[in-house]
Amino acid sequence: MSDNIFNIMEKFTTIQSTAVPLQIEDIDTDQIIPARFLKATTREGFGENLFRDWRYNDNQTPKADFILNDTTYSGTILVVGKNFGCGSSREHAAWALYDYGFRVVVSSFFADIFKNNALNNGLLPLVVKESVLAAIFTAIKEDPKTLLIVDLQQQTIEVPSKNMVETFEINSYKKTCMLNGYEDIDYLLSLKEEIAAFEEQHLITG
Amino acid sequence: MGRTLFEKVWNKHIVRQIEDGPVVLYIDKHFIHEVTTPQAFAGLDKKGIKVFRPQNTVATADHNVPTKDQHLPIREALSKHQVDTLIKNCTNHGLELYGLGHPYQGIVHVIGPELGFTLPGMTIVCGDSHTSTHGAFGAIAFGIGTSEVEQVLATQCVLQMKPKTMRISIEGELEKGVTAKDIILYIISKISASGGTGYFVEYAGSAIRSLSMEGRMTICNMSIEMGARGGIIAPDETTFKYIQGRKFAPQGINFDKAVASWKQLATDDDAIFDKELHFDASDIEPMVTFGTNPGMGIKISQNIPDAERLLAQEKENFLKSLQYMGFQPNEPLLGKPVDYVFIGSCTNSRIEDLRAVANLVKGKRKAENVTVWIVPGSKKVELQAREEGIHTILEEAGFELREPGCSACLGMNEDKIPTGKYCISTSNRNFEGRQGPGARTLLASPIMAAAAALTGKITDVRQYF
Ligand code: SF4
Repeated sequence: MSDNIFNIMEKFTTIQSTAVPLQIEDIDTDQIIPARFLKATTREGFGENLFRDWRYNDNQTPKADFILNDTTYSGTILVVGKNFGCGSSREHAAWALYDYGFRVVVSSFFADIFKNNALNNGLLPLVVKESVLAAIFTAIKEDPKTLLIVDLQQQTIEVPSKNMVETFEINSYKKTCMLNGYEDIDYLLSLKEEIAAFEEQHLITG
Repeated sequence: MGRTLFEKVWNKHIVRQIEDGPVVLYIDKHFIHEVTTPQAFAGLDKKGIKVFRPQNTVATADHNVPTKDQHLPIREALSKHQVDTLIKNCTNHGLELYGLGHPYQGIVHVIGPELGFTLPGMTIVCGDSHTSTHGAFGAIAFGIGTSEVEQVLATQCVLQMKPKTMRISIEGELEKGVTAKDIILYIISKISASGGTGYFVEYAGSAIRSLSMEGRMTICNMSIEMGARGGIIAPDETTFKYIQGRKFAPQGINFDKAVASWKQLATDDDAIFDKELHFDASDIEPMVTFGTNPGMGIKISQNIPDAERLLAQEKENFLKSLQYMGFQPNEPLLGKPVDYVFIGSCTNSRIEDLRAVANLVKGKRKAENVTVWIVPGSKKVELQAREEGIHTILEEAGFELREPGCSACLGMNEDKIPTGKYCISTSNRNFEGRQGPGARTLLASPIMAAAAALTGKITDVRQYF
């Protein structure tokens, strides 16, 4: 799975999946991937340590009460409380979520740097209203088999069992990138002459 | 209509605006370190491209380095590999590296300003969220992820959405014993750890103007802790004086010319911010955090808040946080015992911080039960501390002066706080496990940390003034 983020972003179209509800607010990137696991020099394998200290006891046995260890819930969509991904800029957080198998994270809002990092790796940070987020949590908790459908082209998230369809925002540039698997760096590299010309004109003196 | 300081700098760096999308933003200075760059260089190597503007990149090793015996090879194999990888990448791409053993080595956000790389009006990025520190000079500075590090290395540009703007004004005078760190902890406690999300914050008002550059850096540093993209302070005489004569800053006639242009960098009187907040400096006391995000802070004279008025979900988070910390709602922090004192990190490890600590503890001795680590922000700070005799004062007090690095700020090297132990820390994050698995962090100013070191418990530093 991890090969996919190796500089070739997967195209994102529609995702239909059950979801994992992690109803905690202000989840920071130190929880998503603790600093001691940032020593790698490649992008692979971070999924293993996703939410490490919430997932495992000191003796490395899984903590039974943590949601990722609860087989009732599964899927490629993670639903979380507001202000997800605050704290450090470590892109390793987005890599860990992706590597673990998540493709969408739903919340009422995300920390800015995390949002960029997620988008740059084909992981969709999907923002819904507070009330919608609450309704999604309730639906999943009532029935862990609840299906969610995320359609990027239409910009909708749907909970068919609840007859719920909500639209979400994404700027059209990022949407195009995700739908086609384009990467920012390729776009920027295509502008090199323009950048050099800019430097000629604007170079900061001093 | 007038423009804000942020807009003036931002607009000058737009190479191209993508319709309904981000701008292509030109970056003047790119700081890099060992942890968030290996995958970016691997990306370049895979594409077969070299760093576009090597002279605009400055590298150091800080996050993962030991703070003892830096002259010896790094013992931990993975850390060593990461630092060696940085050396290799810098050599391959012709980048200046202030690595271990170099007299300029230190925490990336300490050395940038100290060496005169950080200047007003610049755009500055680094794969580290506390890049916001450099905003203290009137620069637009923000943290980026590794994919973006790769973009900057390859093209000297990043794609960024324009943030909204906020101005936070603090008017009035600070009481003795109240510092820049208390101002920022106070602001975050008022607006929460997410209150600045989506914004770039300009700090203004007489209380900000009266701060030294070190103090301003402490404030801008923690902008990210309220979720803001960055913080910025208009440059003034304090700024120019700090920059003058620094190693890589413009010199002589070039400096004078630069100052003339830097003087233009202020928000116009009729500029409009998306949001404005005002606080009164006289309402600020020494602050300490009690919870697991930097918004969970109180004045030292207050008690930990009550949970009763919170909404159900908030209450659950709040109690979970207190449980981790081993505290109860409604109790005071004053008098709580501490096990460790950490004075360091890019928030508070500059020479001014060490001087303030030395002044307070001179001739005194730390409490028996505490371990005190002082980790200077850079080799230059360390050297200066030795030259000024600060080093002797600290050692006589039983404080250990270590070598520079991020150290217990994030516990990536060997400097970790053991499970369940309390650490009063001058760093910026009190997240669960930030200073080591199970570690309990209380954020405070350097002098509050020093006072706790003397008494072995949370103490109101004002008793020493
Ligand atoms: S000292 Fe802490 S916050 Fe600052 S750069 Fe290092 S790890 Fe980040």
